[in-house]
Amino acid sequence: MEDILLKVDNLHAGIEGKEILKGINLTVRPGEVGAIVGQTGCGKSTVSGVVAGDPKFTVTGGSADFHGVDLLALSPEDRSHEGLFLSFQYPVEIPGVSMVNFMRAAVNAKRKYFNEPALSAGDFLKLMRQKREIVELDNKLASRSVNEGFSGGEKKRNEIFQMAVLEPRLSILDETDSGLDIDALRIVAGGVNRLKTERNATIVITHYQRLLDYIKPDFVHILYKGRIVYSGGPELALELEEKGYDWIKQQVDNQ
Amino acid sequence: MSQDKDTSNKRETGSDDVIRDVTGSEYKYGFVSDIDSDIIERGLNEDVVRLISKKKGEPDWLLDFRLKAFRYWETLKMPTWAHLDIPPIDYQAISYYAAPKKKESPKSLDEVDPQLLDTFNRLGIPLEEQKALSGMAVDAVMDSVSVKTTHREKLAELGIIFCSFSEAVKDYPDLVRKYLGKVVSYRDNFFAALNSAVFSDGSFVYIPKGVRCPMELSTYFRINASGTGQFERTLIVADDDSYVSYLEGCTAPMRDENQLHAAIVEIIVEERAEVKYSTVQNWYAGDKDGKGGVYNFVTKRGLCRGDFSKISWTQVETGSAITWKYPGCILAGEGSVGEFYSVAVTNNYQQADTGTKMIHIGKNSRSTIVSKGISAGHSQNSYRGLVSVAPDASGVRNYTQCDSLLLSSTCGAHTFPYIDVKNDTAIVEHEATTSKISEDQLFYCNQRGIPTEEAVALIVNGYAKEVMNKLPMEFAVEAQKLLSITLEGSVG
Repeated sequence: MEDILLKVDNLHAGIEGKEILKGINLTVRPGEVGAIVGQTGCGKSTVSGVVAGDPKFTVTGGSADFHGVDLLALSPEDRSHEGLFLSFQYPVEIPGVSMVNFMRAAVNAKRKYFNEPALSAGDFLKLMRQKREIVELDNKLASRSVNEGFSGGEKKRNEIFQMAVLEPRLSILDETDSGLDIDALRIVAGGVNRLKTERNATIVITHYQRLLDYIKPDFVHILYKGRIVYSGGPELALELEEKGYDWIKQQVDNQ
Repeated sequence: MSQDKDTSNKRETGSDDVIRDVTGSEYKYGFVSDIDSDIIERGLNEDVVRLISKKKGEPDWLLDFRLKAFRYWETLKMPTWAHLDIPPIDYQAISYYAAPKKKESPKSLDEVDPQLLDTFNRLGIPLEEQKALSGMAVDAVMDSVSVKTTHREKLAELGIIFCSFSEAVKDYPDLVRKYLGKVVSYRDNFFAALNSAVFSDGSFVYIPKGVRCPMELSTYFRINASGTGQFERTLIVADDDSYVSYLEGCTAPMRDENQLHAAIVEIIVEERAEVKYSTVQNWYAGDKDGKGGVYNFVTKRGLCRGDFSKISWTQVETGSAITWKYPGCILAGEGSVGEFYSVAVTNNYQQADTGTKMIHIGKNSRSTIVSKGISAGHSQNSYRGLVSVAPDASGVRNYTQCDSLLLSSTCGAHTFPYIDVKNDTAIVEHEATTSKISEDQLFYCNQRGIPTEEAVALIVNGYAKEVMNKLPMEFAVEAQKLLSITLEGSVG
């Protein structure tokens, strides 16, 4: 089990009594990049929401083991401290709260969880400076309110910047490519690739092939009607690009 | 399928579930000091007014002022226009004078009751001169009287008068007589009349021509005795080309009974002078079921008499069971400026009806109003404001921004803006927003590792930042903490 970072077993979850995930099985190992692809409405964002602990969703069955920890028993903030990061499809604006205050609260909450003293202002600002470079964010960012007035590209770069600061063990990128022009996409993907190590892992959730041109997946999982119905290597993404989803749907629906 | 997993993700679904978890905020100033006090019999009549005046050894003209006010008050009924549910108040059940017993005005700290010093120390207001905050002079008022004013000598070198109201009546009777009741007449309203009849102490400030007061002046009000009301008066006069920044802080013990606080603040600002008045109001707000708490009925008004004079009110209102308060500016001078920055937080069963009046009389006078209401629990929070422009006041500008933040579905936020413009060159703008802390914002913070309680504090402080930035440094940090404490347990 030691080389498994996340093991999701027969996960069922829904929203307001409606079941969306109908038995998800997923294994992620350190150093891997996995892609979850599927068409709109197949439950992709529910996967990321449920794993991160979004209270909108109700888990109705199954389990999720995160490096030996029962993930579903943890609060969202503890999941974060344990090394789970979600890059939001729609990053939320928090008016009046500067990025620097927001990130300091986040970093120090994590340090507190591990009984470490809070970072000094100087050390913290140094950390911010280093990590900013990874996604080419300018230093005006620090004084701006969280996501307020950010362009689509800035919001997504800001997500990856936060990922860089928090150094998660597993990052889930939920539709990170949506609303990005090609330059922004390249910067965001470049940031993700630079943060990749042998110890951490990434799950990319998308319904376009184009992000996978920049972030090369080791595995591709097709989500359909709340289940992962087909998994394969990187070539599967190309096949989908070429042939679409109909052949998979037919296969599943005929079963 | 196990039950605990089910609840872990369902946690904090609707804001109603969240609000039910309200535990009530911790009020760290709720202690009572065991101080030997001289409290007069409960009840209010002419003899009581005469007794208060006699105890303070006042001149006849002041007794006369009190009696006129009292007789006028007797003809009045409590106003009912505010969006407040005020239980009947028995004005005969209150004692109108409570003073910590002391020897004739203490010459040095050795003569001040150590219990008193201890009380103010616990409130974070050291009165020992060597320990006192160096950048701030403090007048400490307990119940009906001023206990001690720090840094007086240093200020006196600049000709600045900063003393208790009672001392001002003795030492500077002409100044007091000249200005008392000139901005807030005893005929102004029910509570102003009541205060004018029975006011006990407060602060007096005079800044001479051309002097920039080198430190913050501050009055700290403390209600201690039970069954009493506090009725203080503050009078600030800023002569030509002077400047002063004045701070006011208030706390009271936690008691099951409601206590009445009806104060008056008058400010007069002469040519090109500026007064910055900041309040952090943290009277006891009652418990989470709405029992107890201070009734805070306050009349505050400044007169920008001189041309190009300026008054800036900044208030952070977190306490009191009921707040009724409209710090205003009469902008009489040409080009005079009035500002009002307010954060009013209500939780549990608190009620606040607060705002400002900007009365534009002078040509080219300008005013800015920024009001941020934050309501949680079952509280009611109203903004009430008046912007009026006189017929001869040309070139007037006003900008009003009035925002409400709701933290529960059982609280209320209301705005009552009145605009009365009689000159067609005026530009009056009003913007208003109402928002909630969204589940999405909380989850976003949670996902980054920030617990809900801390996230709410962060979001609320962000929302109130524009106003908090106006507070002097010493107060800003305290006020930020206060916002978080007041809302502790309100979400999450």
